[in-house]
Amino acid sequence: MADLDKRMSARDIVAQIEDGMTVGIGGWGPRRKPMALVREILRSDVKDLTIAAFGGADVGMLCAAGKVKKLIFAFVSLDAIPLEPWFRKAREAGQIDVFEMDEGMFQWGLKAAAFDMPFLPTRVGLGTDLAELGGIKTVQSPYDDGEVMLAMPAIKLDVALIHANRCDWRGNNQFLGPDYYYDPWFAKAAKRTFVSCEELVEKMEDSHPDDVAANAIERCFVSGVVEMPGGAHPSSMPPAYGWDMGWFKDYAAAAKDPGDWSQVSDRFVGKDEAAYQASVGGVDKIAALPLPVM
Amino acid sequence: MEGNADMTDISLAELCIFACAEAFRTEREIIATGVGTVPRLGASLARLSHSPGLLMTDGEAWLVEQPVPIGPRDYNDRKRAGYLPFSRFFDSAVWTGRRHAMVTPTQIDRFGQTNLSYLGGTHEQPKVQMLGVRGFPGNSIYHPNSMFIPQHGKRVFVEGEVDMVSSAGYNPAKRIKGGNYSAIDLRRIVTNLCVMDFGGPDHAIRVVHLHPGVTFDEVQEATGFELAKADDIGETPLPTAEALEIIGRMDPHNLRAKVMKDNPPARRAG
Repeated sequence: MADLDKRMSARDIVAQIEDGMTVGIGGWGPRRKPMALVREILRSDVKDLTIAAFGGADVGMLCAAGKVKKLIFAFVSLDAIPLEPWFRKAREAGQIDVFEMDEGMFQWGLKAAAFDMPFLPTRVGLGTDLAELGGIKTVQSPYDDGEVMLAMPAIKLDVALIHANRCDWRGNNQFLGPDYYYDPWFAKAAKRTFVSCEELVEKMEDSHPDDVAANAIERCFVSGVVEMPGGAHPSSMPPAYGWDMGWFKDYAAAAKDPGDWSQVSDRFVGKDEAAYQASVGGVDKIAALPLPVM
Repeated sequence: MEGNADMTDISLAELCIFACAEAFRTEREIIATGVGTVPRLGASLARLSHSPGLLMTDGEAWLVEQPVPIGPRDYNDRKRAGYLPFSRFFDSAVWTGRRHAMVTPTQIDRFGQTNLSYLGGTHEQPKVQMLGVRGFPGNSIYHPNSMFIPQHGKRVFVEGEVDMVSSAGYNPAKRIKGGNYSAIDLRRIVTNLCVMDFGGPDHAIRVVHLHPGVTFDEVQEATGFELAKADDIGETPLPTAEALEIIGRMDPHNLRAKVMKDNPPARRAG
């Protein structure tokens, strides 16, 4: 019988990630990133990861810490700070392999993986350098039109990490912000998906039945859950809290001075989550961060 | 109305916003995306004047019928009329061709190919890493696109080809046999010097309007490749009083004054 109690600690979740695995990270740029789980990776010894993400500080920090062997990406950005400074440093030092693609190709590759297809056809990427740089092959329509398209390969994930507003211990989840981004597809493209949440409830049907339409990921795609209030910080977590622009500015400045991750990792990661949250003013201060105006 | 406002009061940024709005002009119902101060104000102006069919978002996930002013405002200070989150942006806007985007790429070449990914070095180790290609490849192959360049020069309008082709243009060497390039539709490039389109021979970039006081030779001198010249090349139309009123309403904090150094007037001095 399936064990439906999926509660785990963040450390247990990260212990499931082995050297060399491919890890997908949900969210979008500086928005609703599972940052507490990313910090837990940064506190671990795991290495040589392939990271797939619509990247923000999650990607920048993992690159800075030398955790990334290869990056699957369409952009890495903090929005208001357009160029992610630590990602830039890693790229300009030639430290990481990359598979660069269009944002739409990225979600298409996740969908291919979700459906266990080797690829899905697309016109996107034609006329650009992406196919040649990424080794993307073409495929021809077998029908009368004979159209030649790119065959976007499946982006198969070993593990996906996602941050939600609510979960119950069986893995039912709710996303109360205005956008799921491509988190449901990360979950379906992965062998195992771990979801951190602002609030862990006993039974969703008792606690928040009125919000069930906000269930983005059916629980059969969820392997583990952990309650981590403030776990998206410094990214935004609507409607609970906004991003921490002061944090982003400090983080960006540190890429220039001192420019050495080992000197600042304590400040941006902390020895554990409690220490990290205390260093940024505590969970109440995180909860009070205003929602960003676009 | 009509009559244009006193030219001495009109800034170059406002002239460009008016030209960007013209680029967005359409009879269709499509999503207008203007990235950056001038393109976004151009899209808003188009929506509020000649192109009411345009759909716009608040930059987060909501469609609005009243374009959202730029700059600081209250989070809830926007009226939601519809829903277009990133999670369905490709399904609804990009891959259906129902969108016109105006962006500011780092490089543009004579084929209209642009670069947003990296400059110099190699893809393995770029000299300068930028954003990554973002949605440019899909935008370029599926829907109309325009560009705004606040500083017209050879660093942007490069000789040869862009360092990394992030969006498809009209380069025959980049087209594989059997591929469908029929939706590539590059419209306008608005710069601090002029307005261009792709109406030259074989879609060559062509100057159609010169901003007041600017010469064609000056534009050519600031461009890394040979430009075509429209037969009826004229002066870029000045914004009407009505347009200036809308621009002011959409930019209550006057962020447009910070787009170009020293906020020059529409007709430059001397």
